[in-house]
Amino acid sequence: MSVNRQDRTSTPVKTLAKPKTAYNFGGELVELPGDIRMHRIYPEGEDADLSSRTVVNIGPSHPAMHGTIRMVVELDGETIVGVDVIPGYLHRGFEKECEAHTYHQAIPYTDRLNYCSPLINNFAWAGAVEKMFGVEVPERTKLIRTYLSEVSRITDHLTSMGAGLMELGALTAFLYLIEVRDWMWEHICHVSGARLTQSYGRVGGLARDVPNDWLDRMNEIFETSLIPKLRDVHNLVDHNRIFIDRMRGVGVVSQEDLISYGVTGPCLRAAGVGLDCRTYAPYDAYDQVTFDVPIGKYGDNYDRYFVRMREMEESMKICRQLDPLLRKSVGEPINVDDARLTLPPKKEVYSNIEALMNHFKLIMEGPRPPKGEVYHAVEGANGELGFYLVSDGTGLPYKARCRPPSFVNMGAIHLMLLGSQIADIVPIFGQINMIGGECDR
Amino acid sequence: MSDTTPELSPVLSAVLEGLGDKVLGWHSQFGDDTVLVDGAARRDVATWLKDGDLAFDMLMDTTVVDYIEEEPRFEVVDHFFSTKHHHRIRVKSRVPEDKPNSPSLTPLYGSANWMEREAFDMYGVVFDDHPDMRRILLYPEFQGYPLRKDYDKLHEQPLFPARYSGVRETDEVMNPRVGVELPIHGTEVPR
Repeated sequence: MSVNRQDRTSTPVKTLAKPKTAYNFGGELVELPGDIRMHRIYPEGEDADLSSRTVVNIGPSHPAMHGTIRMVVELDGETIVGVDVIPGYLHRGFEKECEAHTYHQAIPYTDRLNYCSPLINNFAWAGAVEKMFGVEVPERTKLIRTYLSEVSRITDHLTSMGAGLMELGALTAFLYLIEVRDWMWEHICHVSGARLTQSYGRVGGLARDVPNDWLDRMNEIFETSLIPKLRDVHNLVDHNRIFIDRMRGVGVVSQEDLISYGVTGPCLRAAGVGLDCRTYAPYDAYDQVTFDVPIGKYGDNYDRYFVRMREMEESMKICRQLDPLLRKSVGEPINVDDARLTLPPKKEVYSNIEALMNHFKLIMEGPRPPKGEVYHAVEGANGELGFYLVSDGTGLPYKARCRPPSFVNMGAIHLMLLGSQIADIVPIFGQINMIGGECDR
Repeated sequence: MSDTTPELSPVLSAVLEGLGDKVLGWHSQFGDDTVLVDGAARRDVATWLKDGDLAFDMLMDTTVVDYIEEEPRFEVVDHFFSTKHHHRIRVKSRVPEDKPNSPSLTPLYGSANWMEREAFDMYGVVFDDHPDMRRILLYPEFQGYPLRKDYDKLHEQPLFPARYSGVRETDEVMNPRVGVELPIHGTEVPR
């Protein structure tokens, strides 16, 4: 099920499912009233009787659509033969707002992209701006960022797995997983000050240091909550007949189609492509840890479930390796010593004019990176999360683009839905783990 | 658009050699290899990148940057990635304001479908041969293109009639404020 990190370059991209064409757009595109354009297939041939087909609107205020997605599906009996996916119900103008705020002020906006793992977004944004400044964060910051990214990845996977299982009726599994997630969020709250919108990353470092005994409690959560509950969920659902029937062989897409549609993260790895930003381009402290990249075999819902469950174990493995390094580096600086980015110490601000001016300029005008453009990608919980920034030399970004994994992954969902049953919408949508804040920005 | 580092990365030198005079400019600022090509050559360049030895089989990101004071105004920015070699390249192409048309990459990459729709939605750049060029994040009645630099952040949109799959005669009765122009913040309300 897994590919060793050392062998990652030789991982072959194999064909598991045969692609229909070199480029598969997903059926014929037909236009319906009400600005609907539907990808339609004809399972019984082009001259099929269309009079037996029914158009059904699902969402956006349907519980299975998480309140943010609308789907117009055409049904033949219970088979989906046409689909139009309409996102955008949570669009808040992230990019426009970022263009009106400084690089520091945009950090709380990044929290609200993928709100199941806000810290990964914080660190990705900070990393992009730091790349423009050409600074490297201190060693301890790298360790903390890596550790908290992995904790965030676990909370994200716990949310998606819990919600996905609940939608299939496994309420016990949902309660098990969400309980652990809440312990972890509450513990992150002790370091960041907020449970959901954590805003803990800073350009050039972190908001504050991690307390010394914070790691002890996190280890306790791993040992006494996460590991037993993951085991319980595995015992509950892995061999459950209903679960297997609804997950195995549902939502299968070939590797070629997934790559063509830019799908990244667990959804791509479930199809057998061992592609992970953390291994082929290690950022932060990922080059100091060893871990496996779990991959699936068939690219169906069951594999997506299993890849995410295994990734949580790998994230725990990374955290365990970082634990002694973090304890060793207690007391080391967490912010870069660079007046262009980091606020001077308060004592200096109150006692000398240069530090006061520096503080004032950084707050009022923000950090001013050199002119240019940068793209920084990290492995988010759902796939590659990238920030493309264009700087014109002022304190405000000229252009701030988020490459959202959820949005791109959702662009391929019609391939999974066409030909499935209407009841399969729920597990497929649950396992692709679309996060509304990130999809619609 | 000049060189910032004296030595070229292997990817950039291969691209510069392969594309020849199609490249109008290049740089590898902050470690990101970038080439600027002609607006009409976007799909040809992408075809070469995808089918050549560099094997850029994934279109990671497509977006537009609005350089309002420059001519041509819009810059279409594509980020390509190779799942085989794990390398990246950024390809930029400019399109003018009066004819903001760029060749679509949908015949080559599936991900271009939604990302080009978003670029059209936000900037009004029309991608030729795109099979489904309509708004994606915003609603069809939205007026203007919000991420253009001349679109005020506080601009408010007018109300529009309730949308049904058919036409209802009672729309006007049910929604009497339809068609009423809203005041635009930033012009009438002093900031």
